[in-house]
Amino acid sequence: MNGFWHDRGCSFHPVSAPDYLPVAQLRALQLHRLQVVVQLSYENVSLFRQRMDDKGVKPADIRTLEDIRHIPFVVKSDLRDNYPFGLFASPMSQIVRLHASSGTTGKPTVVAYTQEDVDVWASVMVRSFAACDLGPGDIIQNAYGYGLFTGGLGAHYGAEALGATVIPISGGNSDRQIMIMQDFGVTAICCTPSYFLHLIERAEEMGVDMRKLPIRAGVFGAEPWTEGMRQRIEPRSGIKAYDIYGLSEIIGPGVANECCEQHGLHIFEDHFYPEIIDPQTLEPVPDGQEGELVLTTLSKRAMPLIRYRTRDITMLMPEQCPCGRTIRRMRRNSRRSDDMFIIRGVNVYPSQIEGALLQVEGTLPHYLIVLTRDKDLDNIEVQVEVTPEVFGDTVGALEDVRQKLAHAIERTIGIRVKLTLVQPHTIERSQGKAKRVLDNRQL
Amino acid sequence: MKIHQLSLFLENKPGRLSEPCRLLADAGINIVTLSLADTQQFGILRLIVRDWQQAKATLEQAGFVVNITEVVATEVADRPGGLADVLSIIEEGGINIEYMYAFTFRMGDKAVLVFRFNNPDAAVSLLQSKQINVISSVELYERAQQ
Repeated sequence: MNGFWHDRGCSFHPVSAPDYLPVAQLRALQLHRLQVVVQLSYENVSLFRQRMDDKGVKPADIRTLEDIRHIPFVVKSDLRDNYPFGLFASPMSQIVRLHASSGTTGKPTVVAYTQEDVDVWASVMVRSFAACDLGPGDIIQNAYGYGLFTGGLGAHYGAEALGATVIPISGGNSDRQIMIMQDFGVTAICCTPSYFLHLIERAEEMGVDMRKLPIRAGVFGAEPWTEGMRQRIEPRSGIKAYDIYGLSEIIGPGVANECCEQHGLHIFEDHFYPEIIDPQTLEPVPDGQEGELVLTTLSKRAMPLIRYRTRDITMLMPEQCPCGRTIRRMRRNSRRSDDMFIIRGVNVYPSQIEGALLQVEGTLPHYLIVLTRDKDLDNIEVQVEVTPEVFGDTVGALEDVRQKLAHAIERTIGIRVKLTLVQPHTIERSQGKAKRVLDNRQL
Repeated sequence: MKIHQLSLFLENKPGRLSEPCRLLADAGINIVTLSLADTQQFGILRLIVRDWQQAKATLEQAGFVVNITEVVATEVADRPGGLADVLSIIEEGGINIEYMYAFTFRMGDKAVLVFRFNNPDAAVSLLQSKQINVISSVELYERAQQ
């Protein structure tokens, strides 16, 4: 659709007004909020005060936004080391909600919200939904897990504040998800993209054609996904698939979201100040250059984080978006520096393998990377589920597919892989973050 | 005259063959004949059953990838040279055999050959013109029940 209007039908919600602030005004607002949050943290968080003192930096030294580079970083392990409440900047009497990460490695990381934080969170979720052309009248099936995980409640409060109708179905029970989607006339869904792919498959098995249902948008996040995955999702379900980005340490979902252009995610930077740094030198890099995303919560009160290293590799896109929003976009980030693995000295991101698999016609991104070590030699096996599209009736045809997939990966990462075709549904479907790598190496 | 054959993708792992067979047994579907092609990595189980649509649905419901291919069944005398005679006809007709397998019924002196041709229709006309008995699916299922 190429109309005269740049917004291509993006609905405007009054809460979205900060998306369109003149840039000078936005920067002034960011600086003001930065100064306040640095002062708050310095006064109330001992770890932060100590690190600032060690570097000889005082809150008053922050005179421009560029001065942020003098402030020390915060990393994930700081949250674990100060488990559970060590980084809170507000007293418990002000804190209305606690969430925690899934905590795959030992203790979970805890995050806290004041009422003001909860309201800001809902507002950025409203802005996210509005950017996906959703509004009052929409029926949103929220299939993110409800609980300590921020996805469920984050999307829930946002959808309510938007004025939409929320179905708090939470994750799991795919058959019921599809039944409700049909019976309630759902127009949008929130879940992880891998879970939605699973729902598409299940619906097809049940004889339900999602393209004929009213559902028209999906707000997919909580795990990195690729443009190739979008190409698999959209034609099979008849929806527009939008990428939402967030992390619980910062607030949860709603840190950044795609608009109808579906080209980069707008960061709600009046609340979350983005920087891109070189992960080696830790120096900031200019917009347009790739590096690690570092975020500062400009308005969080319960647990502000200043210069939090996300480990997400992306870049800030230098051009203004045709949709008219002035807040900057980050490139879709399908790479996390921490699910990167090193094999035979080569850094590999699962998304690279996914991209290679998607080059071969008819394959779905249901795959598992298995790393093993045999006599000090690392081996990589990629298991890919066979789909009806690629399954011919002859051994030769299947062998052909297998080799095409193996070569596509080899060309991308430069390493020979063992490619195994497996039966459908044998790779575990996750309802949260998809597990892509099984590292069986005894290092 | 063509027959619908089911092909299933199987991983080459212990126990993988029994599952589809069990599913069909539970659904009351009798297997007329089968063939298994395998590599180190995977296998393709090819089945001929009467209720192929129901078998396909049953197997797909259980998560298998099922492909339907048209094959041609012919009847030859169960004696030395029976197969070679048919193969010569096919060879001379310039028709390519992608794969084949053979079986016999409990009774009678005939063997049944199942062919996957690159061009099944041409193959059927060729075989019939040479007086080779091409068996229809109905006939095949009826024989299997005798």
